[in-house]
Amino acid sequence: MKRLAKTVALTLLKIVVVFYTIFPFYWAIVSSFKSGAALFSVDFFPAIDLTNYRDLLTNGNFLRNILNSAIVAVSVVTLSLIFAITSAYALGKMKFRGRGIVLAGILGASMFPQIVVLSGLFGTIRWLGLYNSLGSLVLSYMIFSLPFTVWVMTSFIRQIPAELEDAARMDGCSTWAMIWQIYFPLLAPALASTGLLAFIASWNEFLFALTFTLSDTVRTVPVGLALISGSSRFELPFGTIMAASVIVTVPLILLVLIFQRRIVSGLTAGAVK
Amino acid sequence: MADLSLSNVRKAFGAFNVLHGIDLKIEDGEFVVFVGPSGCGKSTLLRAIAGLEDISGGDIRIGGEIVNHVPPAERQIAMVFQSYALYPHMDVYTNMAFGLKFAKIPKDEIDRRVRKAASILKLDAVLDRKPGALSGGQRQRVAIGRAIVRQPKVFLFDEPLSNLDAALRVNTRIEIAKLHRELGATMIYVTHDQVEAMTLADKIVVLNAGRIEQVGTPLDLYHAPANLFVAGFIGSPAMNLMEARVIALENGHLKLSVGEQHISLPYSGAPVAPGATVTVGIRPEHWIPGDGPSVKIEGTVDLVEHLGETSIVYLRLADGQMITVRYPGDIFCTAGDRFVADAPAAAVHLFDAAGQAMLGRRSGPAYGILGQEFRAR
Amino acid sequence: MMAETAPQSSWVKRIEPWLLLAPMLIVLATVTAWPLARTAYLSFMHASLDDGDLPRFIGFGNYLALMKDGDWWHAVRNTAFFAVISVTLETLAGVAIALLIDSQIKGRGALRAVMLIPWAIPTVVSAQMWQWMLHDQYGVVNALLIKLGFISHGIAWTAGAGTAMAAIIAVDVWQTTPFMVLLILAGLQIIPRDLYEAAKVDGAPGWAQFFYITLPLLWPTLAVAILFRLLDAVRMFDLAYVLSSKSRETATISIYARQQLVDFQDVGYGSAVAMLVFLMISLVAAVYIQVTKIRLISE
Repeated sequence: MKRLAKTVALTLLKIVVVFYTIFPFYWAIVSSFKSGAALFSVDFFPAIDLTNYRDLLTNGNFLRNILNSAIVAVSVVTLSLIFAITSAYALGKMKFRGRGIVLAGILGASMFPQIVVLSGLFGTIRWLGLYNSLGSLVLSYMIFSLPFTVWVMTSFIRQIPAELEDAARMDGCSTWAMIWQIYFPLLAPALASTGLLAFIASWNEFLFALTFTLSDTVRTVPVGLALISGSSRFELPFGTIMAASVIVTVPLILLVLIFQRRIVSGLTAGAVK
Repeated sequence: MADLSLSNVRKAFGAFNVLHGIDLKIEDGEFVVFVGPSGCGKSTLLRAIAGLEDISGGDIRIGGEIVNHVPPAERQIAMVFQSYALYPHMDVYTNMAFGLKFAKIPKDEIDRRVRKAASILKLDAVLDRKPGALSGGQRQRVAIGRAIVRQPKVFLFDEPLSNLDAALRVNTRIEIAKLHRELGATMIYVTHDQVEAMTLADKIVVLNAGRIEQVGTPLDLYHAPANLFVAGFIGSPAMNLMEARVIALENGHLKLSVGEQHISLPYSGAPVAPGATVTVGIRPEHWIPGDGPSVKIEGTVDLVEHLGETSIVYLRLADGQMITVRYPGDIFCTAGDRFVADAPAAAVHLFDAAGQAMLGRRSGPAYGILGQEFRAR
Repeated sequence: MMAETAPQSSWVKRIEPWLLLAPMLIVLATVTAWPLARTAYLSFMHASLDDGDLPRFIGFGNYLALMKDGDWWHAVRNTAFFAVISVTLETLAGVAIALLIDSQIKGRGALRAVMLIPWAIPTVVSAQMWQWMLHDQYGVVNALLIKLGFISHGIAWTAGAGTAMAAIIAVDVWQTTPFMVLLILAGLQIIPRDLYEAAKVDGAPGWAQFFYITLPLLWPTLAVAILFRLLDAVRMFDLAYVLSSKSRETATISIYARQQLVDFQDVGYGSAVAMLVFLMISLVAAVYIQVTKIRLISE
């Protein structure tokens, strides 16, 4: 009896947690299907009305924003991973003086508050002629993406047994061949999880995107979303905002659910030893 | 094929010396086993020969040429690793061919060598599988195949059997011995398992704390250990080592006091002063009563273990020292019984205070005497 | 063919790691070290794009002005309050939910999947979602509270002086507790199960198992997770920016710095603010690492 009561209590508690976790997103979906006066009534199972989605997709900027976000995130992930794999090899598999300092520097950089470099980076971006272009975001996102990918890849590469490297050396592998023919294929799953996390971080970034881009056509999704406003002061565009939120979030959630295991391993690789 | 010689090879990690000047000569075609406790430097020495570890001093010669700075792939050696170290993302064929590709060997020659090795090792059927889909024994054979296809002058094995289960270990051990006979190649094999060392080796090198303790054939090491370390390391159960005091040296006999009893041994070595401390060593399996001169030690039975084919008696001497006696077959005594252990004088080893053997190299009869005793029974 | 190669190979070995690290180090320096140095330099200048004056060196002038700037200190208080309360709540909730999920095998995978949802949602999106849920007239939260009879008319959660910060903390807790849960779950998984069996045999009740086994063995993981969260909380920008649009009641130090830099175009003063933010965050990290003695770099 006591055991049954305990199981019931635990299950109820779990239901509460799940409800609390999911409800805001559920409410966003529900609201995105309401337009006009329906939006302002509290109705948990409304009729499906696609007006908001139609408005959003016919307004060119939103699609452009999504494309911008995708371009930036894919570029950031690709560049970070290429840099990270050679760096991780050096940091995880080679013994050299200064290794500890580099690792500490990378760890420090990963804790770096973005606001600190805003004014300095603004100058660099102007100087490189990248202001108000997607390039400014690709460059500035390296500030969080690179330390993170290098750190996580280093801890992944360390888990690969040292004898494999010895065997490859005996087989005549040069360092370059070692990285690309032995470690690269072996690290494919790790690259996938690290890349996914870096992708999500780039997709969601707000501060730099808000500061380094100006025109609607180079904005990324988070900025576009934050700046959606009604045509008049009294119009509440929440229906459209919720529709945009759903469009932006659903692919992420699908990605995250499909690659659940990879993401958890990527999240924990840097933190749990 | 080639011989290999090490002269004064040293290795230090920072201030910590792992190898203190190793000198060793390995003949062409010889099977040499490095044994020693963990941390003795045997793996480091093997890796230094392979070129995976830079040496801090001395010279390594393969086929007469100094290879200190030659990269591993160009030393004409091959290595089989403890964990096999197969490339998990390549199939068996590619695993074996990988090194040959870097050596710029023509494709058809690579194919010929891989297929030949595969047929020797019965891997033909699994050439297109990835290592993950193979059994432990098959993985082990792929690792050996990867070494064979390179046609190396020297094969290096780093504890290759330690990841196999007991039955497979015996089989693979026999396979490796056969391979050595067929290829006639020089092989160096690292293990901490003395059964592997005794059964495979032409020559055993016993290492301890970065130094060579003794080099010799398996029977040399068993019958004539040069020092206390080798005496205690080779043989299982380990040799009984009893503290003793010299009472007198007279008429070519050494009188000793062991566990408050007196024993007498024929002795022709360097003179020893009365009162000196020595160590008397007798293997548990050598306590076999015989007709010739013998050594008798009396004690109390502490425990008897019956293993079926042998019985092991643990004896406590008057001064508290313990000795182990192993008899073939069953023995009937119980804890608390008085017990006299009896060994032929020829089976007794004697070590001085510095741990060095005092009786020199035991001559012919020492090797055979116990066997003959058995046959006479 | 086995001719001795010159010992130059050891020279190559020495520079090889640096060659491999070079691209990464150069990019990282371009986006961190160099801008940081420039920010530091600008913080000693009077450099306002507003008044058209040429930049000029004014020493610690900006810093001295900052010390007397009430809005800055208000932002510092806001940030500290937000960081301490939200990280504490997230840690407690994180441990509780992780233990709940870990208590039964059944449904563990599904619950973990659910936990990933708020984590994956962009902060701007969750800010907008909650803004809508907390809307004073049409928000579902007010509607429910009125229906249940707790309040008689809608509360302007994100605009009210007392409630805006609470709302921000609530949204942050909702969004980032799952991150804590995931890390703690992974930390729980590396605790050997037979320790609990041994404790049971020793007669330790549930609470003792938690305090004497779970907590000490979880601590290394927990300490790192708290550090990550703490640093994130101290530099928080987007949530408050979207949720309560730069109001003085909720402005964090990051929002204040950007306001000076971008909105008021006062680059010198804004840089000084940014430098202080940097110093404060470094101090928080250094003190935390010292106090908890966590080891982030394993040799």
